[in-house]
Amino acid sequence: MNGPQDMGGQTGFGPVMPEINEPVFHADWERRILALTVAMGATGSWNIDASRHAREKIPALKYWSSSYYEIWLQGLIKLMTERGLVTDAEAVSGHMQVAAKPLKRVLTAENVPATRTKGGPSNRPSNRQQSFAVGDTVRARNIHPTGHTRLPRYARGKVGEIVLVHGTHVFPDSSAHGRGDDPQWLYTVRFSARELWGRESLDHVHIDLWEPYLESIGGTGVPRALGGASLRHGREA
Amino acid sequence: MPHDEHGNDHGGSGLSPIALRVKALESLLVEKGYVDPAALDLLVDTYETKIGPRNGARVVAKAWTDQAFADRLKTDATAAIVSLGYEGRQGEHMVALFNTPQVHNMVVCTLCSCYPWPVLGLPPVWYKSMPYRSRAVIDPRGVLSEFGVSIPDHMEVRVWDSTAEVRYLVVPQRPAGTDGWSQEQLAAIVTRDSMIGTGLVKFPP
Repeated sequence: MNGPQDMGGQTGFGPVMPEINEPVFHADWERRILALTVAMGATGSWNIDASRHAREKIPALKYWSSSYYEIWLQGLIKLMTERGLVTDAEAVSGHMQVAAKPLKRVLTAENVPATRTKGGPSNRPSNRQQSFAVGDTVRARNIHPTGHTRLPRYARGKVGEIVLVHGTHVFPDSSAHGRGDDPQWLYTVRFSARELWGRESLDHVHIDLWEPYLESIGGTGVPRALGGASLRHGREA
Repeated sequence: MPHDEHGNDHGGSGLSPIALRVKALESLLVEKGYVDPAALDLLVDTYETKIGPRNGARVVAKAWTDQAFADRLKTDATAAIVSLGYEGRQGEHMVALFNTPQVHNMVVCTLCSCYPWPVLGLPPVWYKSMPYRSRAVIDPRGVLSEFGVSIPDHMEVRVWDSTAEVRYLVVPQRPAGTDGWSQEQLAAIVTRDSMIGTGLVKFPP
């Protein structure tokens, strides 16, 4: 979705303000919402893609004026109310009014270390054909999905070069909506700053993109040394 | 490393509205049996005191002093980092980006806050903030200047937007004047920001 989370390339949010000797948390409630979010995530009631989608569905003006852990709180409540685990009234009162639903598992203290070190790898076996190889020139599709997607707007329609192939990974556009992992080939694509922003520069932006986000524009194996010039040519072709 | 025991500023009777909401939610989830309070405490302790950028600094220092490890970090960063004991949540698929005299790397997540937790801990506020997420890709050199970092015009700045589950760790350039240092000495001068790419390792600092 073209939601408030898709921030790359916008201006108007002011300078970056690094904090010297920043603490990990700035208030005790930040500790608790971090822990609640991780613990509820470990129950298996949703996946990380659904969790990101819950946050990006927050109305834009609210999203942009919330701190990051406020966004996490709003997202967590949404994930739980959507699944009937809690009601909005319960979340406000802090007291149970409807019976608890059975969960796949509850994260106990003794399982915290093992759950953390196991993590949640996103690579999955797949027999899908790999369409692109390192050195191929590709265009990010000009698509505007209304659901969850990880193709940022600033890359859409732009031409870049495959620089890394990561194998097949869970496809967020499917996974976020309960439609299964649908593993797809995942690539890192290198875009020149000139292609993205229209100005001469040596700089590049690299973006991790799944195969359904990409289309071939012919002409494979662009020599790295040609850089932006060959990419521009490729786009005109 | 930020170990400061801040954060009780809303304690006692004067809880802020957001603190009250989180407290209510925690009470509810405990009452429903969805969360174990001891697990919550352990999660907080883990991410506040156990896992942070000192982990990543050890990875960098080893790469600076052990060519075989550096080579492994280049070709299979996940395995190389696991071999030092750093693995798991938000670090399942690692790629190491080596800065060189020609290339400076910096990492962002424009779509949310993806960050390599096992090696850097939880991200700082600025990394998750709208200014960084919006401008790192369109104006990386301007953003770097806000960190006091100036990359010469003849160098390429490579920005890595973490849109998938791949997590990036920048391996900064080793500063001159550190010949013969131990890994421990080197790790001590590697900053968190240098491993995100918004800082450089300097000696003297």
